[in-house]
Amino acid sequence: MAQSMVKEFTKGLWAEIPPFRLVLGLCPVLAVTKSVENGIGMGIATTFVLVCSNLLVSLLRSVIPAKVRIAAYIIIIATFVTVVELVMQAYTYPLFLKLGIFIPLIVVNCIVLGRAEAFASKNSPVLSIADGLGMGIGFTLSLGALGAVRESLGNGTILGSPVFGPEFQPFTFMVEAPGAFVCLGLMLCLMNLIGKK
Amino acid sequence: MREMINMVIVLTVLSAFSGGLLAAVKTGTKEQIEQQVLKFQKAPAIKQILSDVSNDPLQDRFKIMDNDQELTFFVGKHDGKPDSVIFETSGKGFSGDIGLMVGINIDSDEIIGVCVTTHSETPGLGSRAKDDPKFVSQFAGMKMDKNLDIKKNGGEIDIMSGATITSAGVSLAAKKAQEIYTRLKPEIEKQTAQMAN
Repeated sequence: MAQSMVKEFTKGLWAEIPPFRLVLGLCPVLAVTKSVENGIGMGIATTFVLVCSNLLVSLLRSVIPAKVRIAAYIIIIATFVTVVELVMQAYTYPLFLKLGIFIPLIVVNCIVLGRAEAFASKNSPVLSIADGLGMGIGFTLSLGALGAVRESLGNGTILGSPVFGPEFQPFTFMVEAPGAFVCLGLMLCLMNLIGKK
Repeated sequence: MREMINMVIVLTVLSAFSGGLLAAVKTGTKEQIEQQVLKFQKAPAIKQILSDVSNDPLQDRFKIMDNDQELTFFVGKHDGKPDSVIFETSGKGFSGDIGLMVGINIDSDEIIGVCVTTHSETPGLGSRAKDDPKFVSQFAGMKMDKNLDIKKNGGEIDIMSGATITSAGVSLAAKKAQEIYTRLKPEIEKQTAQMAN
């Protein structure tokens, strides 16, 4: 049991790390990784939703009729997303304003529904939590890493503090939409190179 | 038949549970969110309109019930004399409501300035109502009897090109402010007089 828990948890960190290996949920990945802070904030919000929805879907897996399962999953996911939205609004207001529309859009993030459908609906609650937590942390790390590359090159800062000397000319392209695609592509390429060996 | 009833029951119970949870979270975070909005959204707008006051308008505020709506008025003092009020109204924009802070001088009944607080207008087009001071600066100095509608509707306000609906929304909010101020003036004067000390 403990062994399979570790296995489910760690697969989200490397072997099936969401944006790079599963290539799912790219909308927030591309849109909010202008800075490390945004990326990690989005990642944590998604992790919370993922863990809660995985747990509930797994607990209810024998109750939910197969024909309306997607509708049921969406209700569960949307509820937790709204909870996250309200809590972020109450306690991390500036971050809430920056992430804006992308918080409610967690509802349609493929990873969340994907894990509910592909994993939580077939496995025990404990394994589902491990899976959700692993995927969530993997997602957060990916967003953080992408944010770090884009923020440092595009703005010359990491978490708001300058990392290069004062002569550094920001590579503004990186914080704009095309930069997100290029950066994601290069990181995918790098991960494939490492994974091949 | 049994299967269908089962589906209906499961979805109904899930939705009801979700509704209950959300209502609880909403009530629980309401006050905190109000404070955050005050701190991060209203405060900057108020400071922008009343930049030279001798008090803190966020502290000196009072509420008036207008029909069913509770309105908060922030009072600005010059040399200890309360001579201006700021309150928020809203108008319908291109996508959702636009919140507008309106500052009015009580002595001369002139608009001191207006500032957009919340909006969900198109970035780069409608969002200029907030980011570009040129459009909102037209409202400064207007008396209560001026028609603050956009020129197309017979008023005096030039629209922002490419953002007619947003411009009309801001105008509508400003007109609403004129109406509210004119209607509630006796009450406003009474309340602000109490703040002079």
